[in-house]
Amino acid sequence: MFELLGIPPQALFGQLLLGLINGAFYAILSLGLAVIFGLLNIINFTHGAQYMMGAFVTWMLLHYFGIGYWWALLLAPLAVGVTGVLIQRFLLRPLHHLDHLYGLLLTFGLALIITGLFRNYFGVSGLPYQAPALLSGGNNLGFMYLPNSRAWVIVASLVVCFGTWFMIERTRLGAYLRAATENPTLVQAFGINVPLLITLTYGFGVALAAFAGVLAAPIYSVNPNMGSDLIIVVFAVVVIGGMGSILGAILTGFGLGVIEGLTKVFYPEASATIIFIIMALVLLVKPAGLFGRTA
Amino acid sequence: MRLKRILTMAAAAGLLAGAAHAQTAVKIGVLNDRSGVYADLSGEGSVVAARMAAEDFGAEAKGITVEVVSADHQNKPDIGSNIARQWYDTENVDVIVDVPTSSVALAVNEITREKNKVFLNSGAASSDLTGKACSPNTIHWTYDTYALAQGTGGAMVAQGGDSWFFITADYAFGHALERDTTALVQAAGGQILGSVRHPFPGSDFSSFLLQAQASGAKVIGMANAGGDTINTVKQAAEFGITQGGQSLAALLLFITDVRSLGLATAQGLIMTEAFYWDINDQTREFSRRFAEKHGGAQPTMVQAGVYSSVLHYLKAVEATGGKDPAAVMAKMKEMPTDDPAFGQGTVREDGRKMHDMYLFRVKSPDQSKGEWDLYEQLAVIPAEQAFRPLADSECPLVKKG
Repeated sequence: MFELLGIPPQALFGQLLLGLINGAFYAILSLGLAVIFGLLNIINFTHGAQYMMGAFVTWMLLHYFGIGYWWALLLAPLAVGVTGVLIQRFLLRPLHHLDHLYGLLLTFGLALIITGLFRNYFGVSGLPYQAPALLSGGNNLGFMYLPNSRAWVIVASLVVCFGTWFMIERTRLGAYLRAATENPTLVQAFGINVPLLITLTYGFGVALAAFAGVLAAPIYSVNPNMGSDLIIVVFAVVVIGGMGSILGAILTGFGLGVIEGLTKVFYPEASATIIFIIMALVLLVKPAGLFGRTA
Repeated sequence: MRLKRILTMAAAAGLLAGAAHAQTAVKIGVLNDRSGVYADLSGEGSVVAARMAAEDFGAEAKGITVEVVSADHQNKPDIGSNIARQWYDTENVDVIVDVPTSSVALAVNEITREKNKVFLNSGAASSDLTGKACSPNTIHWTYDTYALAQGTGGAMVAQGGDSWFFITADYAFGHALERDTTALVQAAGGQILGSVRHPFPGSDFSSFLLQAQASGAKVIGMANAGGDTINTVKQAAEFGITQGGQSLAALLLFITDVRSLGLATAQGLIMTEAFYWDINDQTREFSRRFAEKHGGAQPTMVQAGVYSSVLHYLKAVEATGGKDPAAVMAKMKEMPTDDPAFGQGTVREDGRKMHDMYLFRVKSPDQSKGEWDLYEQLAVIPAEQAFRPLADSECPLVKKG
């Protein structure tokens, strides 16, 4: 049989597709981080915990209120986004004039506290969450069996990523946001409420993390550590893409998902480290990241 | 006159022995995962179990004071080693118990031998602890990879599962479990079609499952544990692995994992355990008391093993009237064990604790009558059959006749 790099092409297509699906998670998460960093200059280490909260809120909605997955897609990001708004308003804003490092330390500490609280209450084994009827089952594509839940992840993340990019780069609201980043004083002088804009942006970035959490709930074990396992990889993705670059975060997210997926076939032992090797190489050649602009 | 002198001496000796007895202070260090993937199956529950053993033994009344300390090794051998050294060197810990994660357990095994203390392992799986890495200072209490292979592996082979593909956690434990199961499958005339080693801990196993699916193996053996197994089983269901005619062998699955998966996903899985709360009246009574102290959660086999090992250790301390490691270890191997969790058993010269193992099948949601009613018992595997025979032992402590 015809083989490519030692494995049958069908298997390779399957692995590429899976890589793309994992990349979809990286893309949404790194997009949220990029939005927050690009517009607020905050390195949001709480992002992983907020992703985890998204998954837990999804579980709670079903378990305590009987509200299913489809509503959770809207409600969980909203609920977690509100907590983000509160964090920004009462904890991050006072640090606004200080160095990045303070925001980083604060968000890192918050992540540890949030994860610890969930761990204390729910344990580490995780909670079961059944996929809704529409997402269970799947289709045989010939080269692989594609579960509907995974196909949905790709569709949802493409829509969300494109929507976010369009809003920031192509709408009036996005223009205000970008202007407020460049020169907040001037934009404020034009009568735009810049602090509100910044608070809402942080809330939106957090909501993106929670949205990824909702997508993850039927696929991965819903447990308090799910975010801390992922966040380091996502940070590497953001660094490779270029801090603060919206398009860079999306493209690198998908791209690295694919590379990681291929590593899982050819040398699975390295699949947890490959992204960091790439990060080191990219930093050597292009310190600002693949899509970043040097200031 | 002579008789009187002898009597006086005897009385004085008795008094001294009594006084020495009253001074025996034992410090037990529970070293395990308190925040990561194995925290629910060991963690605080193991500390509860150790305290419970001291209470049940009636240590105070027997003149033995027991102090239980605990620490989080984060599943990292370097962190575990540092804590073990510190405990032995500066904090007068006499015995370290539990220690899940085979890589950490193997490190603590060496340190304990070097410092001449006692190590009672319950949480780790690698059969090397009583094999080539065996130590006069270590007892491996609850289960091991050899027994898991015999139990679950044997049952799958008996059902006609003669071709296997492994999804293996890439560290000491996964390697040992894959090795022991491979030996069993090949001895039964089966074939290994391939294996893939995933980083520990992982979260997405779809790529590995797809490789397992493509291999066409009848059985996909999951040589991983805790959160990794949970995610593998969950994603195997998503990818329709079992509908495609392949069987999943969860070579190591704990009751906490089954709870996390939910019966809808976990039903039908076959697994091997050393303990389940609902085996007999003794285990039910023990588990009820444990659950009262541990927020309603039933004990895992690891936690039950901590209870059993601490109880036996304290009996040996009482019997030898001190805590000299060599004397206590000799006594523990000489005395039969007896406790509500495992019934009667023995400790072998290579440090292997011998008791029966059980083969269970996870119930379907219809069969389950309660939150913790999860297993149906398929078979009892006698200790002699479950654990590696001494004749095959690589342990230097075993005298070959």
